Amino acid sequence: MPESNVILDAAAIGRALVRIAHEIAECNENSTEVALIGIPAGGNLLAERLGKILSDIWKHPVPVGSLDVSMHRDDLDRRAAPNIHPTVMPFDVNGKTVVLVDDVLFSGRTTRAAMDALNDFGRPKKIQLAVLVDRGHRELPIKADFVGKNVPTSAAEKVHVRIGQKDEVILERA
Amino acid sequence: MSWNQKHLLDIESLSSDEILTVLDTARAFKAVGERAIKKVPALRGKTVVNLFVEPSTRTRISFELAEQRLSADIINFSADASSFKKGETLKDTALNLEALNADFIVIRHSASGAPHFLSRVLDARVINAGDGAHEHPTQALLDAFTIRERKGNIEGLNVTILGDILYSRVARSNIWALTKLGARVTLCGPSTLVPKTFEQMGCGVTYNVDEALQTADILLLLRIQHERQRKTMFPGISEYTQLYGLNKARLAKTKSEALIMHPGPINRGVEIDSEIADCERSLILEQVTNGLAVRMAVLFLLNGGKGPQELA
Repeated sequence: MPESNVILDAAAIGRALVRIAHEIAECNENSTEVALIGIPAGGNLLAERLGKILSDIWKHPVPVGSLDVSMHRDDLDRRAAPNIHPTVMPFDVNGKTVVLVDDVLFSGRTTRAAMDALNDFGRPKKIQLAVLVDRGHRELPIKADFVGKNVPTSAAEKVHVRIGQKDEVILERA
Repeated sequence: MSWNQKHLLDIESLSSDEILTVLDTARAFKAVGERAIKKVPALRGKTVVNLFVEPSTRTRISFELAEQRLSADIINFSADASSFKKGETLKDTALNLEALNADFIVIRHSASGAPHFLSRVLDARVINAGDGAHEHPTQALLDAFTIRERKGNIEGLNVTILGDILYSRVARSNIWALTKLGARVTLCGPSTLVPKTFEQMGCGVTYNVDEALQTADILLLLRIQHERQRKTMFPGISEYTQLYGLNKARLAKTKSEALIMHPGPINRGVEIDSEIADCERSLILEQVTNGLAVRMAVLFLLNGGKGPQELA
């Protein structure tokens, strides 16, 4: 059995999301332009949670979508075909400030694929990136605008984010 | 989710999980077709050869568009405009195409097993777009997709396939796919075109049209394949229409929620009344739309590499 540590528990995840939401609110004065888009599977529930917190802060609903990025990945012929998740885009991205939401930022390749996938829906005014965990090891010049927790890791370790019944982030040692 | 195939040669060798994987993946590709920008870069830089040694219109166009929407480069080969006329064998043609670094070969051939043969001699991924009277796997997958989309589930449905079964690769692939997914399949048609031996594939055979229509949740019609019949298998077209054609009187005997499907090309006034082909219960054009999504899904899944599916 590989050794595993809980690095964020439910309370810590809750605090991180509230802080991220306030940072998003601070960065975006025109709140009606902001839309959140979760990157499946890990980003969807986080985007919904952030959307709820932000609508409480701003006192108006914040649109939340979900964007499947698997057709835009750059490693499609290197690994088994990925599961494709539904894309739900209940708003026009043109002119919006889109905050992409993912659970873990690692190589940055998913984020790159997400930016390409988003282009197929229009031209957002701005794209920002919010992640619960930044674990380093970037392979592309990509940086998150909002980070829940920076976690130094080795490339062989795994970070599991579980959101739903019991929220926790687990670091699995190699 | 499971997919462990390098080629798509037939439905017979797929598991029900693999079939469902294609159908789930196709749902996402159908949504891509409804966007303003209908193209995704999943097969960018890959070369697909459409090797249609037997004539085809809708399947070839559907594959071509699927490939274009995945951003692949495409070479089209047809029987009459190619080296086959000059006496080159299928193997040599295929090796020449592979020498051009083709990644996928989509083949339609009048000989059963031609795609299987190619898969043994080539490195490229091979997709069967119809081989003789053997199989037409993407047609069965799109039919299953269409049924699942309309009925929610395939398990437990009664599907009647009516028409020329003996010569039909569509029937064979559909029997495999639908029985694997838990449907009860019944074949019906002139006894010369629907031999009892089909029962070995796990479906029922009946020559009582009314009975076959009454129980059906899905009615899959097939045309008479004149091009494959070397001797006369039944007295004539008008008699076929009289005994087996789907007309209003026969439609009235079906369940009101029974849906009508046909792989095309339809022969109006032969196996199906013109009005019925255009009625609300007919899914014929939906099948065409879904075919595109299913073929994109198949290409996408076959393009996957050997590495683990999960990201590190």
